[in-house]
Amino acid sequence: MNIFDRMVALDRRWVFLFLFVVVALAYFFRSQFSVGVVTTGEVESIYNFIENAQPGEKILVSFDYDPSSLAELHPMSRAIMLHCFRKGVKVVTVTLSQYGAGMVEEITREVSAEASELYGREIVYGEDYCFIGYRPYPAFVILGMGENFRVFFPRDYYDTPLDEIPIMHRVRNYDDLKGVIAITSGTTSDMWIIYGNARYNMPLSLGVTGVMATDYYPYLGNALFGLIGGWKGAAEYEKLVKQEADANEGMPAQVVAHLTIVLFIVIGNLGYLMTERKKKITV
Amino acid sequence: MVFTVSLFMVIQYFVPLDSWAWMYQYLIDWTIIIGVFALLLGIWSLLRVNWGKISRRSENWGYAVITLVGLFVMLIFGFFPGGGNLNNYVYEHFFFYILVPIQATMFSLLAFFIASAAFRAFRARSVLATLLLIAGLVIMIRFVPMGPLSEPISDLASWILKVPNLAAKRAIIIGIGLGAVATALKIMLGIERAYLGRD
Repeated sequence: MNIFDRMVALDRRWVFLFLFVVVALAYFFRSQFSVGVVTTGEVESIYNFIENAQPGEKILVSFDYDPSSLAELHPMSRAIMLHCFRKGVKVVTVTLSQYGAGMVEEITREVSAEASELYGREIVYGEDYCFIGYRPYPAFVILGMGENFRVFFPRDYYDTPLDEIPIMHRVRNYDDLKGVIAITSGTTSDMWIIYGNARYNMPLSLGVTGVMATDYYPYLGNALFGLIGGWKGAAEYEKLVKQEADANEGMPAQVVAHLTIVLFIVIGNLGYLMTERKKKITV
Repeated sequence: MVFTVSLFMVIQYFVPLDSWAWMYQYLIDWTIIIGVFALLLGIWSLLRVNWGKISRRSENWGYAVITLVGLFVMLIFGFFPGGGNLNNYVYEHFFFYILVPIQATMFSLLAFFIASAAFRAFRARSVLATLLLIAGLVIMIRFVPMGPLSEPISDLASWILKVPNLAAKRAIIIGIGLGAVATALKIMLGIERAYLGRD
Protein backbone atom coordinates (compact mmCIF):
# COMPACT_ATOMS: atom_id res chain seq x y z
CA MET A 1 0.00 0.00 0.00
CA ASN A 2 1.63 3.28 -1.10
CA ILE A 3 1.10 6.70 0.44
CA PHE A 4 -1.85 7.59 -1.82
CA ASP A 5 -3.69 4.39 -0.96
CA ARG A 6 -3.13 5.23 2.70
CA MET A 7 -4.53 8.74 2.13
CA VAL A 8 -7.73 7.33 0.63
CA ALA A 9 -8.15 4.68 3.30
CA LEU A 10 -7.25 6.91 6.27
CA ASP A 11 -8.96 5.66 9.42
CA ARG A 12 -11.68 8.05 10.54
CA ARG A 13 -10.30 7.99 14.10
CA TRP A 14 -7.29 9.99 12.89
CA VAL A 15 -9.69 12.61 11.53
CA PHE A 16 -11.50 12.74 14.88
CA LEU A 17 -8.26 13.00 16.84
CA PHE A 18 -6.74 15.67 14.62
CA LEU A 19 -9.92 17.75 14.69
CA PHE A 20 -10.15 17.49 18.47
CA VAL A 21 -6.53 18.57 18.96
CA VAL A 22 -6.65 21.59 16.62
CA VAL A 23 -10.01 22.82 17.94
CA ALA A 24 -8.82 22.46 21.54
CA LEU A 25 -5.60 24.33 20.75
CA ALA A 26 -7.49 27.07 18.89
CA TYR A 27 -9.86 27.44 21.83
CA PHE A 28 -7.12 27.66 24.44
CA PHE A 29 -5.05 30.09 22.37
CA ARG A 30 -8.01 32.07 21.02
CA SER A 31 -6.69 35.31 22.39
CA GLN A 32 -3.54 34.93 20.27
CA PHE A 33 -5.25 35.51 16.96
CA SER A 34 -8.38 37.27 15.82
CA VAL A 35 -10.57 36.50 12.83
CA GLY A 36 -11.43 39.43 10.61
CA VAL A 37 -15.19 39.05 10.35
CA VAL A 38 -16.69 40.53 7.17
CA THR A 39 -20.30 41.63 7.70
CA THR A 40 -22.92 40.55 5.17
CA GLY A 41 -26.07 42.26 3.90
CA GLU A 42 -28.47 39.78 5.46
CA VAL A 43 -27.08 40.42 8.96
CA GLU A 44 -26.82 44.17 8.39
CA SER A 45 -30.55 44.21 7.49
CA ILE A 46 -31.48 43.02 10.98
CA TYR A 47 -29.03 45.43 12.55
CA ASN A 48 -30.52 48.32 10.53
CA PHE A 49 -34.05 47.21 11.37
CA ILE A 50 -33.36 47.60 15.10
CA GLU A 51 -31.08 50.60 14.62
CA ASN A 52 -33.85 52.47 12.78
CA ALA A 53 -36.54 51.56 15.32
CA GLN A 54 -37.85 54.32 17.53
CA PRO A 55 -37.35 54.00 21.31
CA GLY A 56 -40.48 52.40 22.75
CA GLU A 57 -41.27 50.33 19.66
CA LYS A 58 -41.73 46.64 20.36
CA ILE A 59 -40.38 43.53 18.72
CA LEU A 60 -41.05 39.87 19.38
CA VAL A 61 -38.00 37.62 19.79
CA SER A 62 -38.81 33.95 19.69
CA PHE A 63 -36.17 31.61 21.11
CA ASP A 64 -37.04 28.32 19.44
CA TYR A 65 -34.00 26.23 20.16
CA ASP A 66 -32.86 23.44 22.40
CA PRO A 67 -29.78 23.19 24.63
CA SER A 68 -28.13 21.27 21.78
CA SER A 69 -27.77 24.47 19.75
CA LEU A 70 -27.37 26.79 22.71
CA ALA A 71 -23.66 27.35 22.04
CA GLU A 72 -24.36 28.38 18.46
CA LEU A 73 -27.49 30.47 18.95
CA HIS A 74 -27.09 32.07 22.38
CA PRO A 75 -24.45 34.57 21.14
CA MET A 76 -26.79 36.01 18.50
CA SER A 77 -29.66 36.12 21.01
CA ARG A 78 -27.47 38.07 23.38
CA ALA A 79 -26.24 40.49 20.71
CA ILE A 80 -29.77 41.20 19.43
CA MET A 81 -31.15 41.78 22.90
CA LEU A 82 -28.26 44.07 23.85
CA HIS A 83 -28.87 46.06 20.68
CA CYS A 84 -32.58 46.40 21.49
CA PHE A 85 -31.87 47.53 25.05
CA ARG A 86 -29.30 50.04 23.82
CA LYS A 87 -31.83 51.53 21.40
CA GLY A 88 -34.68 51.48 23.94
CA VAL A 89 -36.61 48.96 21.81
CA LYS A 90 -38.94 46.84 23.98
CA VAL A 91 -38.53 43.09 23.66
CA VAL A 92 -41.34 40.60 24.03
CA THR A 93 -39.83 37.12 24.29
CA VAL A 94 -41.44 33.75 23.79
CA THR A 95 -40.26 30.20 23.19
CA LEU A 96 -41.81 27.51 21.02
CA SER A 97 -39.24 24.92 22.05
CA GLN A 98 -40.10 22.58 24.88
CA TYR A 99 -36.61 23.03 26.37
CA GLY A 100 -36.50 26.73 25.63
CA ALA A 101 -38.09 28.19 28.75
CA GLY A 102 -35.11 27.64 31.04
CA MET A 103 -32.71 29.08 28.50
CA VAL A 104 -34.85 32.14 27.79
CA GLU A 105 -35.17 32.84 31.48
CA GLU A 106 -31.41 32.55 31.84
CA ILE A 107 -30.48 34.72 28.86
CA THR A 108 -33.04 37.45 29.53
CA ARG A 109 -31.88 37.65 33.13
CA GLU A 110 -28.20 37.79 32.17
CA VAL A 111 -28.52 40.18 29.23
CA SER A 112 -30.81 42.59 31.09
CA ALA A 113 -28.25 42.73 33.94
CA GLU A 114 -25.40 43.21 31.43
CA ALA A 115 -27.30 45.93 29.55
CA SER A 116 -28.15 47.73 32.80
CA GLU A 117 -24.44 47.90 33.55
CA LEU A 118 -23.37 48.79 30.01
CA TYR A 119 -25.93 51.50 29.29
CA GLY A 120 -26.22 52.95 32.78
CA ARG A 121 -29.96 52.49 33.19
CA GLU A 122 -31.96 49.80 34.87
CA ILE A 123 -33.50 47.34 32.39
CA VAL A 124 -36.76 46.41 34.03
CA TYR A 125 -38.84 43.28 33.50
CA GLY A 126 -42.30 44.19 32.29
CA GLU A 127 -41.23 47.59 30.99
CA ASP A 128 -38.19 46.89 28.81
CA TYR A 129 -38.81 43.21 28.19
CA CYS A 130 -41.04 40.37 29.16
CA PHE A 131 -41.17 36.60 28.73
CA ILE A 132 -44.61 35.30 27.91
CA GLY A 133 -43.58 31.63 28.17
CA TYR A 134 -43.84 28.41 26.25
CA ARG A 135 -46.75 26.66 24.56
CA PRO A 136 -46.60 23.45 22.53
CA TYR A 137 -47.58 23.05 18.86
CA PRO A 138 -45.60 25.93 17.29
CA ALA A 139 -47.75 26.28 14.16
CA PHE A 140 -50.89 26.87 16.19
CA VAL A 141 -49.17 29.19 18.62
CA ILE A 142 -47.83 31.28 15.72
CA LEU A 143 -51.33 31.42 14.21
CA GLY A 144 -52.88 32.16 17.59
CA MET A 145 -50.50 35.03 18.31
CA GLY A 146 -51.49 36.47 14.96
CA GLU A 147 -55.05 36.80 16.28
CA ASN A 148 -54.37 37.69 19.89
CA PHE A 149 -51.44 36.94 22.18
CA ARG A 150 -53.86 36.33 25.04
CA VAL A 151 -55.38 33.26 23.36
CA PHE A 152 -52.31 31.17 24.11
CA PHE A 153 -50.67 33.38 26.70
CA PRO A 154 -53.26 34.85 29.05
CA ARG A 155 -50.42 35.08 31.61
CA ASP A 156 -46.67 35.45 31.25
CA TYR A 157 -44.10 32.88 32.33
CA TYR A 158 -44.20 34.20 35.91
CA ASP A 159 -48.00 33.93 36.06
CA THR A 160 -48.70 37.66 35.72
CA PRO A 161 -51.76 38.44 33.57
CA LEU A 162 -50.59 39.89 30.27
CA ASP A 163 -52.82 42.95 30.72
CA GLU A 164 -50.92 43.83 33.90
CA ILE A 165 -47.55 43.92 32.10
CA PRO A 166 -46.85 47.48 30.87
CA ILE A 167 -44.97 46.34 27.75
CA MET A 168 -48.00 44.29 26.65
CA HIS A 169 -50.45 47.19 26.91
CA ARG A 170 -52.06 47.81 23.53
CA VAL A 171 -50.31 44.75 22.10
CA ARG A 172 -52.96 42.47 20.67
CA ASN A 173 -51.19 40.69 17.83
CA TYR A 174 -48.33 41.07 15.34
CA ASP A 175 -49.86 44.28 13.97
CA ASP A 176 -48.86 46.02 17.20
CA LEU A 177 -45.22 45.01 16.91
CA LYS A 178 -42.48 46.37 14.70
CA GLY A 179 -41.48 42.85 13.70
CA VAL A 180 -40.46 39.37 14.72
CA ILE A 181 -37.00 37.85 15.04
CA ALA A 182 -37.17 34.07 15.40
CA ILE A 183 -33.99 32.37 16.57
CA THR A 184 -34.53 28.74 15.75
CA SER A 185 -32.73 25.45 15.33
CA GLY A 186 -35.45 23.37 13.73
CA THR A 187 -38.55 23.36 11.60
CA THR A 188 -40.12 26.17 13.63
CA SER A 189 -38.41 28.58 11.24
CA ASP A 190 -40.53 27.15 8.38
CA MET A 191 -43.63 27.61 10.49
CA TRP A 192 -42.74 31.24 11.14
CA ILE A 193 -42.50 31.76 7.39
CA ILE A 194 -45.61 29.79 6.44
CA TYR A 195 -47.98 30.62 9.30
CA GLY A 196 -46.48 33.87 10.52
CA ASN A 197 -45.23 35.89 7.59
CA ALA A 198 -47.37 34.40 4.80
CA ARG A 199 -50.62 34.76 6.73
CA TYR A 200 -50.07 37.88 8.85
CA ASN A 201 -47.45 39.58 6.71
CA MET A 202 -45.41 40.85 9.64
CA PRO A 203 -41.73 41.71 9.09
CA LEU A 204 -39.81 38.55 9.91
CA SER A 205 -36.17 37.63 10.18
CA LEU A 206 -34.46 34.48 11.31
CA GLY A 207 -31.43 33.50 13.32
CA VAL A 208 -30.52 29.90 12.52
CA THR A 209 -27.69 27.40 12.95
CA GLY A 210 -24.91 27.39 10.37
CA VAL A 211 -26.07 24.19 8.67
CA MET A 212 -29.61 25.54 8.32
CA ALA A 213 -28.68 28.91 6.86
CA THR A 214 -28.50 27.86 3.22
CA ASP A 215 -32.11 26.62 3.39
CA TYR A 216 -33.40 30.12 4.11
CA TYR A 217 -31.62 32.22 1.49
CA PRO A 218 -34.53 31.71 -0.96
CA TYR A 219 -36.79 33.63 1.41
CA LEU A 220 -34.50 36.63 1.80
CA GLY A 221 -35.94 39.81 0.44
CA ASN A 222 -39.52 38.61 0.39
CA ALA A 223 -40.56 36.53 3.42
CA LEU A 224 -37.45 37.45 5.41
CA PHE A 225 -35.85 40.84 5.77
CA GLY A 226 -32.71 39.39 7.36
CA LEU A 227 -30.89 36.22 8.26
CA ILE A 228 -28.21 35.41 10.82
CA GLY A 229 -26.49 32.11 10.17
CA GLY A 230 -24.63 30.35 12.96
CA TRP A 231 -21.57 31.59 14.79
CA LYS A 232 -20.35 33.53 11.78
CA GLY A 233 -23.61 35.51 11.65
CA ALA A 234 -23.53 36.03 15.40
CA ALA A 235 -19.92 37.25 15.17
CA GLU A 236 -21.02 39.73 12.48
CA TYR A 237 -23.83 41.01 14.68
CA GLU A 238 -21.52 41.31 17.68
CA LYS A 239 -19.16 43.32 15.49
CA LEU A 240 -21.96 45.59 14.29
CA VAL A 241 -23.16 46.32 17.84
CA LYS A 242 -19.55 46.62 19.03
CA GLN A 243 -20.07 43.99 21.71
CA GLU A 244 -17.67 41.29 20.63
CA ALA A 245 -17.99 38.28 22.90
CA ASP A 246 -18.64 34.53 22.62
CA ALA A 247 -19.16 34.34 18.84
CA ASN A 248 -16.02 36.30 18.01
CA GLU A 249 -14.06 34.39 20.64
CA GLY A 250 -15.28 31.13 19.12
CA MET A 251 -14.41 32.06 15.56
CA PRO A 252 -10.76 30.88 15.75
CA ALA A 253 -11.97 27.40 16.77
CA GLN A 254 -14.50 27.42 13.93
CA VAL A 255 -11.91 28.62 11.44
CA VAL A 256 -9.39 25.88 12.31
CA ALA A 257 -12.18 23.27 12.29
CA HIS A 258 -13.12 24.35 8.76
CA LEU A 259 -9.50 24.43 7.68
CA THR A 260 -9.06 20.92 9.06
CA ILE A 261 -12.05 19.70 7.09
CA VAL A 262 -10.68 21.41 3.95
CA LEU A 263 -7.30 19.80 4.57
CA PHE A 264 -8.81 16.33 4.85
CA ILE A 265 -10.91 16.89 1.73
CA VAL A 266 -7.75 17.87 -0.14
CA ILE A 267 -5.88 14.81 1.22
CA GLY A 268 -8.78 12.54 0.27
CA ASN A 269 -9.01 13.96 -3.25
CA LEU A 270 -5.27 13.90 -3.83
CA GLY A 271 -5.16 10.26 -2.80
CA TYR A 272 -8.22 9.47 -4.91
CA LEU A 273 -6.90 11.18 -8.06
CA MET A 274 -3.47 9.58 -7.76
CA THR A 275 -4.85 6.08 -7.20
CA GLU A 276 -7.25 6.54 -10.14
CA ARG A 277 -4.35 7.69 -12.32
CA LYS A 278 -2.32 4.68 -11.25
CA LYS A 279 -5.23 2.37 -12.13
CA LYS A 280 -5.51 3.92 -15.62
CA ILE A 281 -1.78 3.56 -16.22
CA THR A 282 -1.91 -0.08 -15.09
CA VAL A 283 -4.88 -0.83 -17.40
CA MET B 1 -66.09 15.59 7.99
CA VAL B 2 -62.47 15.83 6.81
CA PHE B 3 -63.69 17.31 3.53
CA THR B 4 -65.96 19.87 5.23
CA VAL B 5 -63.41 21.04 7.80
CA SER B 6 -60.53 21.19 5.33
CA LEU B 7 -62.67 23.05 2.79
CA PHE B 8 -63.61 25.55 5.48
CA MET B 9 -59.94 26.03 6.43
CA VAL B 10 -59.06 26.70 2.80
CA ILE B 11 -61.90 29.16 2.21
CA GLN B 12 -61.55 31.05 5.51
CA TYR B 13 -58.04 32.05 4.45
CA PHE B 14 -59.58 34.28 1.80
CA VAL B 15 -62.60 35.55 3.79
CA PRO B 16 -61.80 38.32 6.26
CA LEU B 17 -65.04 38.08 8.31
CA ASP B 18 -65.18 38.09 12.14
CA SER B 19 -67.54 35.12 12.27
CA TRP B 20 -65.16 33.09 10.14
CA ALA B 21 -62.22 34.18 12.28
CA TRP B 22 -64.16 32.98 15.34
CA MET B 23 -64.79 29.62 13.72
CA TYR B 24 -61.15 29.38 12.72
CA GLN B 25 -60.10 30.09 16.31
CA TYR B 26 -62.59 27.49 17.54
CA LEU B 27 -61.05 24.84 15.29
CA ILE B 28 -57.54 25.75 16.42
CA ASP B 29 -58.70 25.31 20.05
CA TRP B 30 -59.91 21.85 19.10
CA THR B 31 -56.52 21.00 17.69
CA ILE B 32 -54.87 21.99 20.97
CA ILE B 33 -57.33 19.83 22.94
CA ILE B 34 -56.65 16.86 20.68
CA GLY B 35 -52.93 17.57 21.04
CA VAL B 36 -53.19 17.32 24.84
CA PHE B 37 -54.77 13.90 24.52
CA ALA B 38 -52.03 12.92 22.09
CA LEU B 39 -49.52 13.89 24.78
CA LEU B 40 -51.24 11.60 27.30
CA LEU B 41 -51.26 8.85 24.72
CA GLY B 42 -47.54 9.43 24.12
CA ILE B 43 -46.78 9.13 27.85
CA TRP B 44 -48.87 5.95 28.07
CA SER B 45 -47.07 4.51 25.06
CA LEU B 46 -43.65 5.39 26.53
CA LEU B 47 -44.60 3.71 29.83
CA ARG B 48 -45.95 0.59 28.13
CA VAL B 49 -43.00 0.09 25.78
CA ASN B 50 -40.35 0.66 28.45
CA TRP B 51 -42.15 -1.33 31.14
CA GLY B 52 -42.43 -4.19 28.65
CA LYS B 53 -38.65 -4.08 28.05
CA ILE B 54 -37.95 -4.10 31.79
CA SER B 55 -40.35 -6.95 32.60
CA ARG B 56 -38.98 -9.10 29.74
CA ARG B 57 -35.38 -8.15 30.64
CA SER B 58 -34.86 -7.59 26.92
CA GLU B 59 -31.58 -6.30 25.51
CA ASN B 60 -30.47 -2.92 26.97
CA TRP B 61 -33.37 -2.90 29.44
CA GLY B 62 -31.28 -0.72 31.73
CA TYR B 63 -31.87 2.24 29.39
CA ALA B 64 -35.61 1.73 29.79
CA VAL B 65 -35.18 2.06 33.58
CA ILE B 66 -33.25 5.31 33.10
CA THR B 67 -35.96 6.63 30.73
CA LEU B 68 -38.73 5.92 33.22
CA VAL B 69 -36.78 7.27 36.19
CA GLY B 70 -36.05 10.45 34.20
CA LEU B 71 -39.71 10.80 33.23
CA PHE B 72 -41.01 10.45 36.78
CA VAL B 73 -38.32 12.52 38.47
CA MET B 74 -38.90 15.46 36.10
CA LEU B 75 -42.67 15.05 36.42
CA ILE B 76 -42.57 15.00 40.21
CA PHE B 77 -40.28 18.01 40.54
CA GLY B 78 -42.13 19.77 37.75
CA PHE B 79 -45.27 19.70 39.85
CA PHE B 80 -43.57 21.17 42.93
CA PRO B 81 -44.36 24.83 43.70
CA GLY B 82 -42.56 27.00 41.21
CA GLY B 83 -41.60 23.94 39.18
CA GLY B 84 -43.24 25.23 36.06
CA ASN B 85 -40.94 28.21 35.73
CA LEU B 86 -37.66 26.73 36.92
CA ASN B 87 -37.87 28.38 40.33
CA ASN B 88 -37.72 24.88 41.71
CA TYR B 89 -34.09 24.31 42.72
CA VAL B 90 -33.93 20.60 41.83
CA TYR B 91 -35.81 21.02 38.55
CA GLU B 92 -33.54 23.90 37.54
CA HIS B 93 -30.39 21.93 38.39
CA PHE B 94 -31.56 18.86 36.51
CA PHE B 95 -32.20 21.08 33.51
CA PHE B 96 -28.95 23.05 33.50
CA TYR B 97 -26.56 20.39 34.75
CA ILE B 98 -27.95 17.24 33.13
CA LEU B 99 -30.10 18.06 30.13
CA VAL B 100 -28.09 21.00 28.77
CA PRO B 101 -24.68 19.20 28.84
CA ILE B 102 -26.17 16.01 27.40
CA GLN B 103 -27.74 17.82 24.45
CA ALA B 104 -24.71 20.05 23.91
CA THR B 105 -22.47 16.96 23.85
CA MET B 106 -24.67 15.22 21.30
CA PHE B 107 -24.62 18.25 19.01
CA SER B 108 -20.85 18.74 19.42
CA LEU B 109 -20.22 15.23 18.12
CA LEU B 110 -21.73 16.38 14.84
CA ALA B 111 -18.54 18.31 13.99
CA PHE B 112 -16.52 15.09 14.09
CA PHE B 113 -18.99 13.21 11.93
CA ILE B 114 -19.16 16.06 9.42
CA ALA B 115 -15.35 16.10 9.18
CA SER B 116 -15.23 12.35 8.64
CA ALA B 117 -18.14 12.35 6.16
CA ALA B 118 -16.63 15.25 4.19
CA PHE B 119 -13.30 13.42 3.97
CA ARG B 120 -14.90 10.26 2.62
CA ALA B 121 -17.72 11.68 0.46
CA PHE B 122 -16.32 14.88 -1.07
CA ARG B 123 -14.44 13.29 -3.96
CA ALA B 124 -14.02 14.79 -7.43
CA ARG B 125 -15.47 11.71 -9.15
CA SER B 126 -17.31 13.63 -11.89
CA VAL B 127 -17.81 17.19 -13.16
CA LEU B 128 -20.88 17.70 -10.97
CA ALA B 129 -19.12 16.26 -7.92
CA THR B 130 -16.18 18.59 -8.59
CA LEU B 131 -18.51 21.59 -8.78
CA LEU B 132 -20.08 20.56 -5.50
CA LEU B 133 -16.64 20.14 -3.99
CA ILE B 134 -15.48 23.59 -5.11
CA ALA B 135 -18.71 25.26 -3.89
CA GLY B 136 -18.39 23.50 -0.52
CA LEU B 137 -14.77 24.58 -0.15
CA VAL B 138 -15.57 28.22 -0.98
CA ILE B 139 -18.42 28.26 1.56
CA MET B 140 -16.12 26.80 4.21
CA ILE B 141 -13.09 28.98 3.62
CA ARG B 142 -15.13 32.19 3.67
CA PHE B 143 -14.64 32.10 7.45
CA VAL B 144 -10.89 31.92 7.16
CA PRO B 145 -8.99 35.22 7.42
CA MET B 146 -7.02 35.46 4.20
CA GLY B 147 -6.00 39.11 4.17
CA PRO B 148 -6.98 40.90 0.94
CA LEU B 149 -8.61 37.70 -0.38
CA SER B 150 -11.16 37.60 2.45
CA GLU B 151 -13.60 40.02 0.87
CA PRO B 152 -13.66 38.51 -2.66
CA ILE B 153 -14.06 35.01 -1.18
CA SER B 154 -16.86 36.24 1.07
CA ASP B 155 -18.53 37.86 -1.98
CA LEU B 156 -18.14 34.66 -3.99
CA ALA B 157 -19.61 32.62 -1.13
CA SER B 158 -22.54 35.06 -0.89
CA TRP B 159 -23.07 34.77 -4.65
CA ILE B 160 -23.11 30.94 -4.42
CA LEU B 161 -25.65 31.12 -1.61
CA LYS B 162 -27.83 33.79 -3.18
CA VAL B 163 -27.83 32.69 -6.83
CA PRO B 164 -27.27 28.97 -7.61
CA ASN B 165 -28.29 27.82 -4.12
CA LEU B 166 -31.36 30.06 -4.16
CA ALA B 167 -32.44 28.88 -7.61
CA ALA B 168 -32.12 25.20 -6.69
CA LYS B 169 -33.81 25.67 -3.32
CA ARG B 170 -36.71 27.56 -4.86
CA ALA B 171 -37.21 24.79 -7.39
CA ILE B 172 -37.24 22.24 -4.58
CA ILE B 173 -39.61 24.35 -2.46
CA ILE B 174 -42.03 24.79 -5.37
CA GLY B 175 -41.90 21.04 -6.01
CA ILE B 176 -42.57 20.29 -2.34
CA GLY B 177 -45.38 22.86 -2.31
CA LEU B 178 -47.10 21.27 -5.29
CA GLY B 179 -46.65 17.84 -3.70
CA ALA B 180 -48.17 19.09 -0.45
CA VAL B 181 -51.17 20.53 -2.30
CA ALA B 182 -51.65 17.24 -4.16
CA THR B 183 -51.46 15.26 -0.90
CA ALA B 184 -53.85 17.66 0.84
CA LEU B 185 -56.33 17.30 -2.04
CA LYS B 186 -56.06 13.51 -1.86
CA ILE B 187 -56.81 13.62 1.88
CA MET B 188 -59.71 16.07 1.37
CA LEU B 189 -61.26 13.92 -1.34
CA GLY B 190 -60.82 10.69 0.64
CA ILE B 191 -58.35 9.15 -1.80
CA GLU B 192 -55.57 9.07 0.79
CA ARG B 193 -56.74 7.42 4.04
CA ALA B 194 -53.50 6.31 5.65
CA TYR B 195 -54.19 8.68 8.58
CA LEU B 196 -57.10 6.39 9.54
CA GLY B 197 -54.65 3.54 9.99
CA ARG B 198 -55.36 1.77 6.71
CA ASP B 199 -54.15 1.97 3.10
